[in-house]
Amino acid sequence: MSARTVLSSDDIDRAVTRIAHEILEANTALQKSGTKNLVILGIPTRGVLLAERIAAVIARTEPDADISNILGRLDITMYRDDLASNPTRNVTETSIPAQGIEDKVVVLVDDVLFSGRTIRAALDALNDYGRPRAVRLAVLVDRGHRELPIRADFVGKNLPTAREERIRVQLAEADGQNSVVIES
Amino acid sequence: MTHIKNLLSAGDVDRDFAIHLLDVAEGMSDVNDREIKKLPTLRGKTVVNLFFEDSTRTRISFELAAKRLSADVINFSAKGSSVSKGESLKDTAQTLEAMGADAVVIRHHASGAANVLAHSGWIQGAIVNAGDGTHEHPTQALLDAFTMRKRIHGNASSGKGLDGVKVAITGDVLHSRVARSNLLLLNTLGAEVHFVAPPTLLPANPANFNATLHYSLDQVIDIEKPDVVMMLRVQTERMTASYFPSEREYARIWGLNSDRLVRLKDTALVMHPGPMNRGLEIDAVSADSPRSTVLEQVANGVSVRMAVLFTLLSGERA
Repeated sequence: MSARTVLSSDDIDRAVTRIAHEILEANTALQKSGTKNLVILGIPTRGVLLAERIAAVIARTEPDADISNILGRLDITMYRDDLASNPTRNVTETSIPAQGIEDKVVVLVDDVLFSGRTIRAALDALNDYGRPRAVRLAVLVDRGHRELPIRADFVGKNLPTAREERIRVQLAEADGQNSVVIES
Repeated sequence: MTHIKNLLSAGDVDRDFAIHLLDVAEGMSDVNDREIKKLPTLRGKTVVNLFFEDSTRTRISFELAAKRLSADVINFSAKGSSVSKGESLKDTAQTLEAMGADAVVIRHHASGAANVLAHSGWIQGAIVNAGDGTHEHPTQALLDAFTMRKRIHGNASSGKGLDGVKVAITGDVLHSRVARSNLLLLNTLGAEVHFVAPPTLLPANPANFNATLHYSLDQVIDIEKPDVVMMLRVQTERMTASYFPSEREYARIWGLNSDRLVRLKDTALVMHPGPMNRGLEIDAVSADSPRSTVLEQVANGVSVRMAVLFTLLSGERA
């Protein structure tokens, strides 16, 4: 098995910072209310960490932003379409900011965009919490091979891969180091 | 962590799996708080509630749990079905199998009925024991453990057991499946179990039970200072002999009343699996006090049963 590092710790930082600014920019273009109607939801496990990092960048650039009212997490385990064929997964907590998602612009954050099935599940899950004004998707890595008509609005890096290859995203909070590695 | 195919006994779950189930239930309880209380997870699955014995909260709780997970639910009670024409458990089970039940939740007056159903080969689906005679009631034990964990650890419950928690299970231990399942699960989770009952209402060979036995509730309250007092229902329908002289005497010696309530330590919980005989094993002041978790137990029952159905029905079934 060979492993190739495609994003270093600095690359990840730059990507996260850029995504955060793009989110703010797109949000300002869409609504005049600033970050007040913005909700950022991380998808466990590493999407949550990325969402926290994005929120931290937003907090630095927009001192008025109330991060506790922006940042949340969305567990999608119960909405997966492969529950019958895969071993059971752990259900983790979902926390939606107190303002809810009704009429907000919701940005979903995940580490890798692959088949698109996780995002489909996330869209279903959102349905049960309310009707957002718009839903956007931010991912650190888009590796292609979509099985559903889903695309990301904010991408850290487009990474053409072979289907058999594995992308491993490591973030310091969970794995002790920051890197994106292709294993084949 | 050993995964199980059926939930027949609280003794089937090891510590890791028990904590896993409680953690999943934690996630499920979020669903019960939100506006749309439904998950698509078990869409297309059929859950049969097979109840040969009367029940309010367990049946409704299982029904609600299955419905919140989008499963189709069929309620079957012995009254008003072919069972009253003399159909055997085997024929009833095979009928359900032919209709394609993915899970069967069974309550039966005979101890071991769930076990028979699970090991007879009559049914392929998952079997959940919802109370068999005087034997076991594992989901009740899980919801009791969930309730204790939630009260003791609050939002930091996830991943935790019940280590060092002292539980006094009081009353009709002899006829209580709740007591048996609780004993097994509480031991697994690291809690310390005390049985308090008149000698006539304790099992014949208590040496098999990993619990300390007491005959006096007053002594237990004053000396052991339990963290949880779990009152059991006096099951008059199962009593074939005279186990205590009179109800008034039972209430006076083994009932939880306001006098005993104030002697409990500040953080102690009062639990009861329901239905309560108010004035017999528990008085109204105790049942309605802030220490009482009776209604929380009912609410948590739905979350715990969702966790059980989800865990048994998702994933590949060997």
